[in-house]
Amino acid sequence: MMLQAAPNPLMKVENLVVEYSVGGKTIHAVSDVSLEIARGETLGLVGESGCGKSTLGRAVLQLRQAVSGKVLFDGHDLTTLKGEPLRKMRRRVQLIFQDPIASLNPRRRIGDIVAEPLVIAGVKDPEERKRRVSEVLSAVGLDPALVSGRLPHEFSGGQCQRICIARSLVLNPEFVICDEPVSALDVSIRAQILNLLEEMKARYGLTLLFIAHDLAVVKAVSDRVAVMYLGRLCEVGPSEQLFARPAHPYTALLIEAIPVPDPDVRPTQSVPVGEPPSPIAPPSGCRFRTRCPRADARCSSEVPELRLVASGQFAACHHPLV
Amino acid sequence: MSGALLSVENAVVDLPTPRGNLRAVDHVDLEVGAGKTLGIVGESGCGKTMLSRAILQLLPKKAKLSGRVMFDGQDLTRLSAEKLRKLRGRSLAVVFQDPMTSLNPVLTIGTQLIETIVEHLELDLAQARQRSVELLAAVGIPAPEQRLTQYPHQLSGGMRQRVAIAVALSCEPQLLIADEPTTALDVTIQAQILDLLAREQQRRHMAMIIITHDLGVVAGRTDEVAVMYAGRVVERAPTPALFKQMRMPYTEALLAALPKLDVPPHTPLPAISGRPPDPTRPLKGCSFSPRCRYSAGRCSTEKPRLSPAETLEHLYACFHPIAAGGGA
Amino acid sequence: MATLELSLEEEAGATPVRRRRLGTLFWIAIGWMVLVFAVAIFADLLPLPSPTDMDMLERRAPISVEHWLGTDGLGRDELSRLIFGARISLIVGLCAPMIGVTIGGALGMLAGYFRGRFEAFVVGGMDVLLAFPPLILALAVTAYLGQSIFNLTCILGVLGIPAFMRVARAATLSLARREFVIAAQALGATHTRILLRELLPNVMLPLLAFFLLGVAVTIVVEGSLSFLGLGVPPPISSWGSMIGEGRESLDVAPRLAFIPAIGMFLTVLSFNLIGDTMRALTDPRQGAL
Repeated sequence: MMLQAAPNPLMKVENLVVEYSVGGKTIHAVSDVSLEIARGETLGLVGESGCGKSTLGRAVLQLRQAVSGKVLFDGHDLTTLKGEPLRKMRRRVQLIFQDPIASLNPRRRIGDIVAEPLVIAGVKDPEERKRRVSEVLSAVGLDPALVSGRLPHEFSGGQCQRICIARSLVLNPEFVICDEPVSALDVSIRAQILNLLEEMKARYGLTLLFIAHDLAVVKAVSDRVAVMYLGRLCEVGPSEQLFARPAHPYTALLIEAIPVPDPDVRPTQSVPVGEPPSPIAPPSGCRFRTRCPRADARCSSEVPELRLVASGQFAACHHPLV
Repeated sequence: MSGALLSVENAVVDLPTPRGNLRAVDHVDLEVGAGKTLGIVGESGCGKTMLSRAILQLLPKKAKLSGRVMFDGQDLTRLSAEKLRKLRGRSLAVVFQDPMTSLNPVLTIGTQLIETIVEHLELDLAQARQRSVELLAAVGIPAPEQRLTQYPHQLSGGMRQRVAIAVALSCEPQLLIADEPTTALDVTIQAQILDLLAREQQRRHMAMIIITHDLGVVAGRTDEVAVMYAGRVVERAPTPALFKQMRMPYTEALLAALPKLDVPPHTPLPAISGRPPDPTRPLKGCSFSPRCRYSAGRCSTEKPRLSPAETLEHLYACFHPIAAGGGA
Repeated sequence: MATLELSLEEEAGATPVRRRRLGTLFWIAIGWMVLVFAVAIFADLLPLPSPTDMDMLERRAPISVEHWLGTDGLGRDELSRLIFGARISLIVGLCAPMIGVTIGGALGMLAGYFRGRFEAFVVGGMDVLLAFPPLILALAVTAYLGQSIFNLTCILGVLGIPAFMRVARAATLSLARREFVIAAQALGATHTRILLRELLPNVMLPLLAFFLLGVAVTIVVEGSLSFLGLGVPPPISSWGSMIGEGRESLDVAPRLAFIPAIGMFLTVLSFNLIGDTMRALTDPRQGAL
């Protein structure tokens, strides 16, 4: 597939398939997804809940077993790694979660929580650990002396997310997966955290996979955006271009559905497009066809491949908008 | 505003907590006219949900409410429990954020709808059943006949919210309170649900209060907007006037902090620094002053009152309002 | 850069509030426990007559300066028997749940964390153990291995394993799905480390609270078994055996049955009270908004 982002991508996902069973039924969470993320790039991954975007993020980290496909991180296939080599590799890839409070152990002090990655990585010297912890805590805008001895429940959601970000940075990772990092936060706090992520990205030279359901949030931080629907990628492209000229009808629908804070923009009466089908029995052919205004017979019989529709922009649609 | 269907006058809600008294709602005045839509916007903990509970007289037991809640000529704070119960089913309806918690998981959708209708409208079972089918069809549920026998967990989140709206609409209420009706839903479903609410509101000529944290939700769909911060209404205006000229720095900052689609990626967002004050430790001055970039002088020592701007409908509580066409 | 101010005084109010909530009853319970433990531990040092010395001339003697609580049907000093009996009741009452909490807690955490076949095996095994009539088990063991404090403790300990396993498994199940555990996995932490550092501190408090309730239940069960003659072998006294012996003279000297019963009642009540209070404090987020 022609999804070349750069000659030497840091992360390369090839034909990844993740399925798991719930109550005896197979959920097709991720079906044949391929992606590349260049060094220093932020790739946004959007989609509605249940579309498999979080599963994809976790499968990249091998927290979910892939059925088939490859996850190449800096040339190493993570799906074939086990035990110590995998643990070593994981230290270069970090994860930030949606619920910042739940991702901190309620019975451990902030100082210990942030130092934990260092302990696991085998940094024996307590002074060295303390120095690194102080450094990252200050970097995320917290006073190390004030917060280190406290428990997570003494902090607000925004502060907990700062702590989570600090923990993910303490090992100097190259790649950070942010799984809905701001959707649990209030608007005024959300902007702080988004700005902080951008700052940290520049300061630590990170590559980000930014998973979210909010297109505006994704656009604010991403160089390229991938749109996912029911386990498949619909569209991938540079973010400005994708939002200005969406090629996939689903992308267009998503953009149209965002409420605009301007009373002059009367909300267009949305097309009655129904709801996403179940990932247990996804529709044949194009998975979006049941809600797509442009669907025809070909869409139900043939799975559309991601094709180049404009420079750098790929869409998996038989009837693209551009 | 005369002839308002609902008017909240000087409402104060105090909640005792282990850490001291928490003033969830602090001297709030609001009105909603028949057939009008009011949007209440605020971040979590600003008291918007407590205010809606106060209107419905569904506050937690230990909470204390003072002030008046006038609905259709009667003071709800003085009504007997029995009268309130009748009123809540019939004239006052509510849709909550999470439909899974507002629908009873062990009863079928049909039972829940039909029971409500039989109890409040005194129809017989067959008529109530007929009405339920019509309602489900009206809220856009395909195959409504079959849905009656299904349980809430068999439906998707969006469908459940539609059912919750159908239950709320079942007795033709005069006022519908929608408390974060779309926060738990996906963006494509959110648009559909908001359209549905607007359509039914117009068709039935009911008054509606939409409570949300998202300025985008209220912008195109309300007549008036009240912005809450730390238990108080800090700005209140007809929707077009508010978005044309925000006077309260908090409202402006809230809007500015939203990521926008027409801005190129990696543009730093104008964030509001700090976080809302601890509601158990009220500030002496304006609650927003520690985070406000215009804060000066008496902002930290004196509470600004909600007072009118040039037009009587546009109220704000600020000593240094944003002047027309620029900063303070 | 967004700034952040952490108000220190905000948390200042939290600690005294928590202490006040413990209540007077809790402290009375603690006081009683301290007294019982103190006399049980220092029983040998106290100026007490031997609990096994019989004095056939002073059978069922009333309360006097010599015998503070009188004597029993064989003329043994009641107070002394009560205090030495507390020893047995407490030893059995503490050691048996200890077995339960160690084995049951470990099995429960492993089952809740690893799930799959191991969990099915453990849960199935516990169901078998629960279905087995406990009295028959006690009878069978004492018949084969003889009546001793050690055997009694082991029986009661094994019987407690399923309950502790369930508490530990339930707590682990809900915790293992939380993001902080996934975060530790993502960091490359080993299973042992996740179990010990992330899960154990969180499972510990519910287990500890349940342990105290387990102590209370065990003291009662030990009493019942001793009452039935399956407990400690005579002439050693335990509260249960004292009640059992007192039964014969209920009409003549009811205090012989009632005094150990009251002792047991107060101790069990104290354990329950302390256990309940501990459980109420289990959630570290209590009091936080």
